[in-house]
Amino acid sequence: MSAYLLCFILFCIGLYCILRKRNIIKIVIGLGIVEYAVNLFLVLIGYRWRGRAPILAKGREILNMVDPLPQALVLTSIVIGLAITALIVAIAMRIYEKYGTFDITRIRRLKG
Amino acid sequence: MTLIVKTITRLTVGLILLYGIYIVLHGHISPGGGFAGGVIIALSFIHLMLAFGKETALKKLSEARASVMESLGAIMFLSIALLGLLGGYFFFNFFIHKGRPFTLFSAGIIPLCNIAICLKVGAGLFAIFVALVLFKGAKETE
Amino acid sequence: MMLPLFVIIPLGAAFLISLLGKKIEKIPDVLANSATLILLALSLHSFVLVKAYKTLVYKVGGWIPPIGICMVLDGLASFMLITVNLVSFFVAVYSVNYMRRYTDKWKFYTLLMLMLAGMNGIIITGDLFNLFVFLEIASIASYALVAFGTEAEELEASFKYAIMGSVASSFILLGIAMLYSYTSTLNMADMANILTQKSQTGILPFVSVLFLMGFGLKAALVPFHAWLPDAHPSAPAPISAMLSGVLIKVLGVYAMMRIFFNVLGVSQAVSSIIIFLGVVSMLIGVFLALAQWDFKRLLAYHSVSQIGYVILGLGLGTPFGILGGLFHLFNHSVFKSLLFLNSGAVVYALHTRDLQDMSGLRQRMPVTANTNLVASMSIAGIPPFNGFWSKLMIILGCIQTGRFGYALCAVAASLLTLASFMKVQKYAFFGKLNEKWETVKEVPLAMRFSMIGLAVICMAGGILILPVFKPFLQLAVDVLMAGREYAQAVFAAVR
Repeated sequence: MSAYLLCFILFCIGLYCILRKRNIIKIVIGLGIVEYAVNLFLVLIGYRWRGRAPILAKGREILNMVDPLPQALVLTSIVIGLAITALIVAIAMRIYEKYGTFDITRIRRLKG
Repeated sequence: MTLIVKTITRLTVGLILLYGIYIVLHGHISPGGGFAGGVIIALSFIHLMLAFGKETALKKLSEARASVMESLGAIMFLSIALLGLLGGYFFFNFFIHKGRPFTLFSAGIIPLCNIAICLKVGAGLFAIFVALVLFKGAKETE
Repeated sequence: MMLPLFVIIPLGAAFLISLLGKKIEKIPDVLANSATLILLALSLHSFVLVKAYKTLVYKVGGWIPPIGICMVLDGLASFMLITVNLVSFFVAVYSVNYMRRYTDKWKFYTLLMLMLAGMNGIIITGDLFNLFVFLEIASIASYALVAFGTEAEELEASFKYAIMGSVASSFILLGIAMLYSYTSTLNMADMANILTQKSQTGILPFVSVLFLMGFGLKAALVPFHAWLPDAHPSAPAPISAMLSGVLIKVLGVYAMMRIFFNVLGVSQAVSSIIIFLGVVSMLIGVFLALAQWDFKRLLAYHSVSQIGYVILGLGLGTPFGILGGLFHLFNHSVFKSLLFLNSGAVVYALHTRDLQDMSGLRQRMPVTANTNLVASMSIAGIPPFNGFWSKLMIILGCIQTGRFGYALCAVAASLLTLASFMKVQKYAFFGKLNEKWETVKEVPLAMRFSMIGLAVICMAGGILILPVFKPFLQLAVDVLMAGREYAQAVFAAVR
């Protein structure tokens, strides 16, 4: 139970970073923390009491395994997070080239 | 980069590439699979670029060839899925003889899918890195 | 058998275009347009299949559903497929000429096909995590497409859209993770069965709020709409038409309705919140649109307002209200895409979007002006165009359930929409021709074909509503009204 609560706290720290920081790169790092928190929550859901790693090997019988399905889901989610981070960093580099600053309070040409 | 980094890189780049290929090919027996192996293979090329500079790395794998390999990996994955239509369903495991478990030639289409994903992810990650490195802003001098 | 084709064809086209598009000049145009034409034909065929069989299930890989992923084709999925593929066919034809102004046309077509594959995948899937993966594919393709011109303002808009969209996707993934831990299955039909047996309190209200936040941001409901007025004008015009016309509906409205009506179950509290958010979006969208002088930004604010209508209709929960909501969803796709394509034609000829600069374009660009008149009358709700009927059905649905205040708000928003579009017509098309625009010509043939095609559908939607459209919509309404019976239908069709 406390592990899930700590995941939520990590999610809220990442969300605070996205909302309050002024540097674009810090916002991207905050987004990374949010994604890691959700992935961690997804893996922790699969834990079973006294479970072992769900890997079959020749000649060994494993009676109780942790749930392998959330691990496959998290693999997909990590790939998606990588793609989004790469895209946003490329956009941020071009924003620096066009606007000359990383400060998000001064990148405000679209208003109204 | 200093001489120490360059010497160690010359020794380890090939080993990293080989380790990545091992993880891809044994994806159905031990943990790993296409995505993790693809990332490690891309890392070997990035390691080469970080130690020796971009001309050396781009001579080994130019960005045009990385783009072609990426598309080929995706098309290979889609055609493996389409070949499953032979067995009646999309993505069907169409190998008749599925082999004994825990050996290298077993588990139907899973090793082929791993290889396709490794091509796509490795080439794609290297292409992303090259695109970010080669980005020339308007203010940079030639 | 043909259900996976909706995902295979755009994905295959995207990868082939990215492989061959640099070397051979004509390949991207030919491949993309033939792919959208084949998809349109397949989606019309799927409607025939659904009329005969009611629910079709395709087991991917041959694995039986609670263990494997399944694809489900029922009335609602067929309706959404026709909407999405119709609009994307016209947009693909339009962008043959429009994207000549930009460099690297093959990159545009690759991203467009990926976005289309993502949207089709969301519509036909029957598995919750599969929905999340396709949602991400479509979203990431749209972030890249909004920044396509790489001007300063487009990059800023795309950055805002990407950060907000990623946070929304994280909320959705958190909701899916909690549902998986509560029911230990990911199949939507199986989850509906298990949730009817468990208690209604517990984590279900929290999960409902998470899904409302996540899908509400993708659909641009009012507390979460701040990315839309920046992102939709900055994209190139065919992409604005796709984003405003189909993407916010498939990612936001369709996914929300599928999960809330068929899996989680709509309680009284959730239904009132959805209706309230819809009404607030209607009013705030149209008030903010009244003050705009940028043509595309005005259209983007009207998107927020009209999605409010759709959510109001769907949230009412009565058969008549849902019929009005779904019909307004189809109509809005058609006339909002037409409006954005018109603004693209104006930008192509004049290179400006400011309404105070242009006047009297009617004499030099007759096709654009007439189709714009048709679309403006549709969105304002003037009979006999299609917008009138759908808004009438939503207002009558409100009165049927006794919510007279909301019906009054809907009528007021419709009047303000009419005022706003009269302003557009007066400043842009009627009046005396400005001397600057003496030499503008009408836009090329492919762009004219798309605009005329969509205008014909607007008019047909108004006139042919009873013979053609009512049976088409009734199947979709039945699926939503059945609620959790969806699970029974899916499992019956699997055997």
